[in-house]
Amino acid sequence: MFVPSLAWRDSRRMRRRLLLYVSAMALGVAALVAIRSFGENLETALATQARDVFGADLIVWNWGNFNDANEAFVDSLAEAHSGTVAREVSTPSMALFPQSGGTRLIQVRALDGDFPFYGQITTTPAEAADTYLDDGKALVDAALLLQYDAAIGDSIRIGTEQYQIAGQIDGITGQTGIEALVGPRVYVPLDRLDRELLRFGSRFTTSAYFRFDAPGTNADAILTAIEPQLEAMDLRGDSVGSAQGDWSDALGNLTRFLELVGFIALLLGGLGVASAVSVYVRQKADTVATLRCLGATAGQTLRIYTLQALVLGFIGAVLGAALGVAVQTLLPRVLGPFLPVTVETAFVWEPVLQGLGVGVVVALAFAMLPLLAVRRIPPLRALRADARARGIDLWRGLLILLLIAGIGAFAWMQTGGDLRAAIGFPAGVIVAFGVLALAAKLVQTLARRLVPKRAPYAWRQGLANLYRPGNQTLVLLLTLGLGTFLLMTLTVVQRSLLAPIALPDDGEGRPDVILFDIQADQREAVADLVREQGLPLIDEVPLIAMRLTAINGRETEDIRLDSTDERPDWALVREYRSTYRAHTEDSEEVLEGAMVPRVPADTAVIPVSVELDLANELGVGLGDRLTWRVAGRPMETEIASLRRVDWARVQPNFFVVFPEGPLDEAPQFGIITTRAGTPERSARLQRAAIERFPNISAVDVGLVLGLIEGVLGRVAFVLQFMALFSVGTGLVVLAGAVRIARLQRIAESVLLRTLGANRGQVRRILVAEYLFLGLLAALTGIGLALLGGWALATFVFETPFVLAWEWIAGTLVAVPALTIAIGLAGSRGLLSRPPLDVLRAEV
Amino acid sequence: MLVAERLTKTFASGNRTLTVLAEVSFAVDTGATCAIVGPSGSGKTTLLGLCAGLDRPTSGTVWLAGADLNALDEDARAALRAQHVGFIFQSFRLIPTLTALENVMVPLELQGERGAHDRAATLLDRVGLGDRLDHYPTQLSGGEQQRVAIARAFIHRPAILFADEPTGNLDDDTSHRIEDLLFELNREAGTALIVVTHDLELAARCERTIRLRGGRVVEEMGDSHWEMGAEASAA
Repeated sequence: MFVPSLAWRDSRRMRRRLLLYVSAMALGVAALVAIRSFGENLETALATQARDVFGADLIVWNWGNFNDANEAFVDSLAEAHSGTVAREVSTPSMALFPQSGGTRLIQVRALDGDFPFYGQITTTPAEAADTYLDDGKALVDAALLLQYDAAIGDSIRIGTEQYQIAGQIDGITGQTGIEALVGPRVYVPLDRLDRELLRFGSRFTTSAYFRFDAPGTNADAILTAIEPQLEAMDLRGDSVGSAQGDWSDALGNLTRFLELVGFIALLLGGLGVASAVSVYVRQKADTVATLRCLGATAGQTLRIYTLQALVLGFIGAVLGAALGVAVQTLLPRVLGPFLPVTVETAFVWEPVLQGLGVGVVVALAFAMLPLLAVRRIPPLRALRADARARGIDLWRGLLILLLIAGIGAFAWMQTGGDLRAAIGFPAGVIVAFGVLALAAKLVQTLARRLVPKRAPYAWRQGLANLYRPGNQTLVLLLTLGLGTFLLMTLTVVQRSLLAPIALPDDGEGRPDVILFDIQADQREAVADLVREQGLPLIDEVPLIAMRLTAINGRETEDIRLDSTDERPDWALVREYRSTYRAHTEDSEEVLEGAMVPRVPADTAVIPVSVELDLANELGVGLGDRLTWRVAGRPMETEIASLRRVDWARVQPNFFVVFPEGPLDEAPQFGIITTRAGTPERSARLQRAAIERFPNISAVDVGLVLGLIEGVLGRVAFVLQFMALFSVGTGLVVLAGAVRIARLQRIAESVLLRTLGANRGQVRRILVAEYLFLGLLAALTGIGLALLGGWALATFVFETPFVLAWEWIAGTLVAVPALTIAIGLAGSRGLLSRPPLDVLRAEV
Repeated sequence: MLVAERLTKTFASGNRTLTVLAEVSFAVDTGATCAIVGPSGSGKTTLLGLCAGLDRPTSGTVWLAGADLNALDEDARAALRAQHVGFIFQSFRLIPTLTALENVMVPLELQGERGAHDRAATLLDRVGLGDRLDHYPTQLSGGEQQRVAIARAFIHRPAILFADEPTGNLDDDTSHRIEDLLFELNREAGTALIVVTHDLELAARCERTIRLRGGRVVEEMGDSHWEMGAEASAA
C-alpha cells in the first residue's frame, strides 16, 4: 500500500504541471487512434459497399475491341450462370459543347444495358439515369457542364455524334473525387457511339459487366474457373472480391503509411515526456534521498515514480484516444477525394484500445529513461547535496536499445513485414534526432563561446539561458525542429515535383497544345489547320504501336513464364508506342552510345535508342538485341544508345526511338504539338480541329498541369494534416517545458528584480531566450528539410530540387513568433510574483 | 547499539587520495546520547553517513543494531534503517508534497504498519502541532518544520537516532525548544542519540562528546566507555 498511497500523495502538487506534459502524448495517440479507427471503418465500408462500387459481380474486359470469339465467350458465360450482361466501350475523346464552342478531353463511357447493376449514378433530374440510354441522350459530369456553361437540354458532340444532355451526373458510386477531377465522364448509349473514335491507335477498352441473380452464384469462384480461358483469349477479368482485395490492400497501405507519420508525433510526445520526467526527477532527488534515509528501498522509490508516470501516461493516452475519436470524423473530409466508398465514422473499440496501449507503453518507456536514475540517487544526498551516483547505468542503455527495437518493430508491423522499413524507419528517426541533438549541442557551445560581451544584458542573459543547468534547449530543438522539418520537407518536395512541369513561359516556346490520335492520312491536313490558325508547328511525331517479342533471341513469353526471371511483366507485355526521328529532344539526354539518325528501310538489324530505366528493367544494355512485332511483322533491333528521359515534361516522350527509314511506311498515327500562347487561341484551335477531325483528341497542357497540381495539392494536404500532429506536439511540449521550468524562472526573475532589474528587462530576457530557441529550431528544421527534400527530389523523384523561398521565410518568422508567444503566455504572472512567495516556496 | 571499528573513508581527487576519515572507532550503548563535534570539513557528516549505513567505508566496520553493515546490500541496509533508525536533518528534509501528518506517517507506512494516522496525529500533538496536521511544509515555520521532522524521527520508535545539525537553521529561542523536545522524546523512548553539531551548548547536553579534526578523533569528553581508535589515540 505504501507505494500507491505515497505515489498519489507525492504527485499532489505536480499533477497539473505534469499533466500538461503528458498531454504531449495525446496528439500522437490521437493521430494513431483516428487513423486506425478510420482504417477499420474503411474496411467495413469496403466490405459492405464493394459491390455497389464495382457495379457488377464480374467484369471481363480487354484493350480494344472484342473479337467474335470474345463475344461468344461472354454470351456463353452469361448463359451458363443465368447472368445479365451489359457492354461498355470506354475511351478518351474530345467533347464539344456547340452552344459555347468549348472543347475538352473527356472519358466517354458508351453503355449498352443496365450498368451499373449495383450502386447508382446520381443525376439531376433523377430519372435521367434511367432514361438516357433509351432516349439516345447523354449524361455529363456536373463540373463539366458548369465549366462550359452548358445546361441540361443543351447538346454535346463527341466525334461526329451529337447528343442531347439528358441530365448532369452528381455522383457515381465508387468514383473518387480525384478521378472526377482528372477525367470528367460522359455516358452515352453504345449504339450511338461514333465508331470513328475507335480507329487504329485509339486507347479504348471494351468491357462486359455481369450480374448473377441465381442464388449461391459465386463470382469469385467463376473468375477462378474461367482464368485459363481469359488468358488464352488475352482477356482480363475482375470480380467484386478481387477488386475489394485490391482496394483493401491499397487503402491499407495508405492508412498504415499515415499511421507511421502519426507515430512520429507520438515519438516526439515521448521525448517531451522524457524531458518532463527528467526535470521532475531532478526536482524530486532530495525527496528520494530522504525516503531512502527513512528506509525506503531503491525499488520502492522507483515504483513510486513509475506508478505516477504510468497513471499520467494513461491519462494522456485517454485524452489522446478521445481526441482521436473526434479527429476521425474529420478524416473523410481530408481523405475523401481518394476513397471509392462512403466511410461512416463509427466508434470502434479496437483502435481505441490499441491507441491506449501504444500510448501508455511509449509514455512509460520514455519516462523510464530518466526515471531509472531514481534507483541511483544515494541516501547520502540527504546529508550532502553533492552526493551522486557514479558509473554508467547499464539498464538505461538496455532500455534505449529496447526502445529502438520497439520503434523498428512498429515500423515492421505497419509496413506488413518490410525489413528495410524496420531498419530504415528507426535509423531515419535516430539520424533526424541525432542531427537535431547535434545542432542543440553546437548551439549551446556557440552560445557559451560567442556571446558578445558588449551585447545588452537581456540578450546576453537570454543566450546564456540556452546552456545553463536545467536548460530545455535539446528537447525543444528536437520537438519544434522535427515538426518544422516534417512540414518543410513536404512543402519543398511538393515544390520540386511541380517545378519542372510548371506552365511554360512565353519565351521558352514549349508546346502547350498536343493533338493526338492523328491518322496517317490526316497528318498533312491537321498540320495545315494548325498553320491556318497562325500557330507554329512545333513538332510532328509519328507513333507506331509494337510489342516486344524477344530479348537477345529469347521469347518474352518464355521469360515471363520463368519464375526465376525477375524482369517485370509490364515491360514484357505492354504495347509500346515508339517513334522514329533523327534527333534528340530537349527532354532527353543520351548517356551511352549514340543515336543513329537514319538507316536504309531494309536494314536487317535496326539500331535503336532505349530509355535507361526501361533498359534496366529489361536487363539489357548497348549491343543487346530486341525483337519487335510491328503490325504483325517481326523487326530485329540492336540497342545503339541509352537515353535518360525527363518524363515530368508534358510532351511526347518515348521508351524506344527508331532511326528514320525502316518505320516510315509502317501503319502509324501521329501527334502534333503547337504553342497557342493564350487559352483563347488554344480553345479556337481545339474547336477547329475537332470540327474537322472528330476522331483526334487534344490535350491542353495548361489544363493538365492544373490537374496535376490539384492532385498533388490534395496529396500534400493529407500529409500536411498528419504532420500537423507533430507540429502540435512540438508546441505542447514547448508549453509543458515552459510550465515545468516555471518555478526556476520565478526564482530567477524575483532574484533579478531584487537586485534591481525592472520587469521590462526580465521580460526581454525571456523574449531573447525564446526567440533564440524558436529561431534555432526553425533554422535546424529548415536545414534538415532542405537536405531531406534535396535527397528525395534527386534520388527518389529524380527531379531538380527547387527552393520554396517564401515558405522558408514564413517559417523563419512563424516558428520563433509562436515560440515567443507560448513562452510568454506560460510565464504569465511570473513577473508579478512578490519575492516573499518565492522565499517560502519550494524552489 | 552502534559500534564503529577503524572507520576510514578516502576519496580520489584528481590523481591523489583525500582521506576524510581515518581509523575512527567508537561505540554507543542503547539509550546513550553522543555528540560529534568539530570544525567544517573535519569529517562529522561523513562519519554520520557511515554509521547510518548511507555510505560504505573504504575500510573498517560498522555494527548497527547487531548487524554488520558491510555484509548488507543496499536494500537490506534500507530495511535496517526503516526498522531501527531515525533521522533529523539540518534542513529538515520534509517531503514538500506531503502534509505534516503524511510526512510523519512515512516511516510506519514503509513498514506496512497499521494505525499510522492515529499515531502520527498523537505525536504531532505531542510536539505541539496538533492543529497543523494538514499543513504543507511551506506553510510551516522553520521551527515547526523541525518539530515535524522530530515527530517523524520518533514515530517508529527507532533504537537509534541520528541528528545532523538539528538546530543549525534555527534561531536561539527555537533551537532551545527543539533541543528540549529532542532530549525529552529521547529519554521517553530510550533511543540512542547521535548528534552532529557545531553547537557546543547542544553537545554539552549529551552524555559524551567526540571531537573530530582532519578526519581523526582528537578528543573525547564525558563519562564514556568508548574506545578511541589506535590512530586517533596516537594523534
